[in-house]
Amino acid sequence: MEHVPLSWYLILSAVLFALGVAGFIYRKSVLTVFMSIELMLNAVNLSFISFSYELQRIDGQIYSFFVMVVAAAEAAVGLAIILTIFKNRGTLQIDEVDSMKL
Amino acid sequence: MIDTILFIIFAIVAIVSGFNLVLQKHPISSALSLMGVMGSLAVLYLLLGAEFLAMTQMIVYGGAVMVLFVFVIMLLNAGTEKGSAKSWFAQIAGLPLLLCLVALLGFLIRSVLPPFRHVEFGSWVGGTAEHIGQLLFTTYLLPFEVISILILIAILGAVVLARKEID
Repeated sequence: MEHVPLSWYLILSAVLFALGVAGFIYRKSVLTVFMSIELMLNAVNLSFISFSYELQRIDGQIYSFFVMVVAAAEAAVGLAIILTIFKNRGTLQIDEVDSMKL
Repeated sequence: MIDTILFIIFAIVAIVSGFNLVLQKHPISSALSLMGVMGSLAVLYLLLGAEFLAMTQMIVYGGAVMVLFVFVIMLLNAGTEKGSAKSWFAQIAGLPLLLCLVALLGFLIRSVLPPFRHVEFGSWVGGTAEHIGQLLFTTYLLPFEVISILILIAILGAVVLARKEID
């Protein structure tokens, strides 16, 4: 086997996405949940770029670029929200912030 | 041959860092693991011929976003997270369902989709700054402008949310 098949990249992307989902569901710290979201966005970017290689078109890379921009904006706003939560409640545990829960 | 070795090394680094992100108890360890994932993904982008995006990944994620994360962790003095009671459904069904998700995606990729080409480093370099810029300022001009407005709104939102109330 000389070269890597593209499906390996896609499977790596699927594994990283599943890890992101696991972190999102299992972790209790707001910051780590947020990092898991970033991990999922990165995994999706990898599969966008893999499909861009498969089709030999760079449209997929443009979409990936847009995902990166949106992720950066989301990180800025999300971390500001985390700062506000900490200022108002003094905790970072996600299950102690439950005033919108039924 | 060299690209196979590089792929295997950096795929392993990415997966190990991903596991470390999920398993570590302290947020700063998770942040460093996330940095490992992002760096190895940048190398994989380079192997796929996306030069510009590999550099953007390093600058935007490895630089800006991670600095923001580490800054907030230090600012809030975030310590080890306390393990609290998880719901019984997540405890019993969470891991099997996740394995099902990965198995389903792997089956879809290997068997259902048509066979993919092999990745040969350097055989197709489509993602240079020239090509990306040309497409970004012709075909994707409107999304580009819209996303710049989105960034502006995000900056304003971050400032408004994080400012200190002056009484």
